[in-house]
Amino acid sequence: MSARGDERLAEPAPDERLLSGSGLRSLFEGFVARIRGGDLGALPVVLGIVVIWTVFQALNPVFLSSENLVNLTMQCAAIGTIALGVVVVLLVGEIDLSVGSVSGLAAAVLTVTFVQLQWNLVLSLIAALAIGCLVGLLYGYLFTRFGLPSFVITLAGLLGFLGLQLWVLGETGSIAIPFDSWIVMFAQQLFLPPWAAYALAVAAVGVYAWSRARHAQRRAAANLVSQSYVAIAVRSGVLLGFLVAAIWYLSLDRGVGVMFLFFLALVVVMNFFLTRTRWGRSVYAVGGSVEAARRAGIRVDRIYLSVFALCSTLAAAGGILAAARLASANQSSGTGDVNLNAIAAAVIGGTSLFGGRGSAFSALVGIVVIQSISSGLTLLNLDSSVQFMVTGVVLVLAVIVDSLSRRTRAATGRA
Amino acid sequence: MTHPRTGRSRERVLTMRGIGKRFGAVKALTDVDFWVNEGEVVALVGDNGAGKSTLVKVLAGVHPPDAGTIEFDGEPVDIDSPADAQDLGIETIFQDLALCDNLDVVANLWLGRELRDGATLDEVDMEQRTWTLLRELSAKIPSVRVPVASLSGGQRQTVAIARSLIGEPRVVILDEPTAALGVAQTAEVLNLIERLRERGHGVILISHNMADVLAVADRVVVLRLGRNNGVYNVADVTSETLIAAITGAVDHSGARWTPPAATPVPSTAPGRVRPAPAADPSAADPAVPEEAPVDGDTGGTVIRMPRTGSRRLPREDGRR
Repeated sequence: MSARGDERLAEPAPDERLLSGSGLRSLFEGFVARIRGGDLGALPVVLGIVVIWTVFQALNPVFLSSENLVNLTMQCAAIGTIALGVVVVLLVGEIDLSVGSVSGLAAAVLTVTFVQLQWNLVLSLIAALAIGCLVGLLYGYLFTRFGLPSFVITLAGLLGFLGLQLWVLGETGSIAIPFDSWIVMFAQQLFLPPWAAYALAVAAVGVYAWSRARHAQRRAAANLVSQSYVAIAVRSGVLLGFLVAAIWYLSLDRGVGVMFLFFLALVVVMNFFLTRTRWGRSVYAVGGSVEAARRAGIRVDRIYLSVFALCSTLAAAGGILAAARLASANQSSGTGDVNLNAIAAAVIGGTSLFGGRGSAFSALVGIVVIQSISSGLTLLNLDSSVQFMVTGVVLVLAVIVDSLSRRTRAATGRA
Repeated sequence: MTHPRTGRSRERVLTMRGIGKRFGAVKALTDVDFWVNEGEVVALVGDNGAGKSTLVKVLAGVHPPDAGTIEFDGEPVDIDSPADAQDLGIETIFQDLALCDNLDVVANLWLGRELRDGATLDEVDMEQRTWTLLRELSAKIPSVRVPVASLSGGQRQTVAIARSLIGEPRVVILDEPTAALGVAQTAEVLNLIERLRERGHGVILISHNMADVLAVADRVVVLRLGRNNGVYNVADVTSETLIAAITGAVDHSGARWTPPAATPVPSTAPGRVRPAPAADPSAADPAVPEEAPVDGDTGGTVIRMPRTGSRRLPREDGRR
């Protein structure tokens, strides 16, 4: 009964079997070990992007021109925003098949209220987003109250909200948004001047490095294993170099689109919420084991509700961006391949279909893959039949990579 | 984990009297009496269907009892929900452990009660306290930043037990903690149970393994067909006696155990505990105030292998 006599310090004394070390060499070795262990992270998808870009560049030299890449970034924003919502739903191990319809509905609501009913644009935007949020809350209610599978609920939503979209649009079928409204300017013509883009990149990397360094300092003060300053400097340097190069290349044409920047900001903010807040931790916990989360006192129902609402709201936001980019909404807004592309982007980016694994950044890299394929095939004058088939094949490949890496993880104790 | 209750004498934490529970036509529990002291490991044994799990679920708030009273720290309480049990300081570790495989050790430990620094998670503080706690438990976890999925069965059990200690509970209930474990891992978990006792938690251990029970428990409560069938001090019982009580070869269920006073009076205990057949000579002398641990393994690294029928040195309440 007296074991408390010796108050020992909480220094980490890892097991001797545990590999550890610091400096660049061990950083690299750790990376190699992780890959071998099946913890692939973003590697397959980055390799995929390299392969896709090389192939399309070889087939059509226009593909990697600044002009096409600028177009690519602008095409990414709308569906990428939708994919971001899908990522969050996948993280809790559920799915939303109706994101396309909800985005179309939001586009219809925006144009009808703004153009036909002459509402204030801000009011129209709020109405469109609120519709999305309500749809998500309805899904969440049906899911938590009646225990319906999300697959079925959202499949019903896919049809139901497509119908609602057609009803809202009414007889006209297609409504154009005036080109002089700021939402269209924002989506089509607003680009950062190069100096602003560079300044933003430097500021973002500065904040990143500062928060990392502060974290490392706190950990060191608490006597915990911390990331070395060299590693932080290398990471920040690589990130800065990449951003500067990208901005320089895009600025040869129109530059960095504000809409794309908006999407990037959404991804970063979502990543923050997922990794740094209790809500995010709860989302991962629910995706890992609902029962464990419930017993830990997490209000699982609220997490589901918030996740469905967030997904549908982001889908509505994506629909708004798409409508603004096209300066119109019509009966085919959000139909066709929007659903498939958004879900495929989330999965291709590395978010597991089985819940609990993935990150906000998978929406970003996933949508870049999808849009690269789409853009490349368009440049080759191949029509949408081929696009659908190729995207389908890529989706299957991504899921295969996910399954294989999960198996390897299980075999090497990183499951 | 900052208030070790080591200095005090062992107070009665929890007393259950005359607990009854029916499920339809089945009387799962009838008139069961049960109590736990601070810093005491009570093993709850019995055959399948004896009512062990039901009794534990009554304590955990999963099934409120139909009859009987529960006293916690001398106050009568109702435990109607798992939240009630947790508020009182009763933590239950069920067999499935309920860990999130995709999260790391720190995240699992603090799940649902994460420490925050403003609005964001305070990872540094959580990790530091995790190390402190694991160290206190002499737990062998290679790293607290690996996903729980990559840990062994014993390590997962350790994480589950450590997690239950975050709220500094008074009573920890372990449901078959060693059921699926190998020899070394079992020893590790038994060692951990000793640490729990040293920290002053009351421990209720459900087990089918007599070797484990005799190795760590202070007192063994036998249930048979939903009734008390004897309370034994580990110091003076063999696994044969226990098995006889479990299977019904020895029947003590007819005799009524007189509930002890809720106040800490170990001196009134002798003779109350049924059946204690061989009257312990030291039971006549209830006033020896010896407090020190007698098993001598305070260093925290000793792993005692459980042996069937191993007798433990009598501890202070082994005198009963």
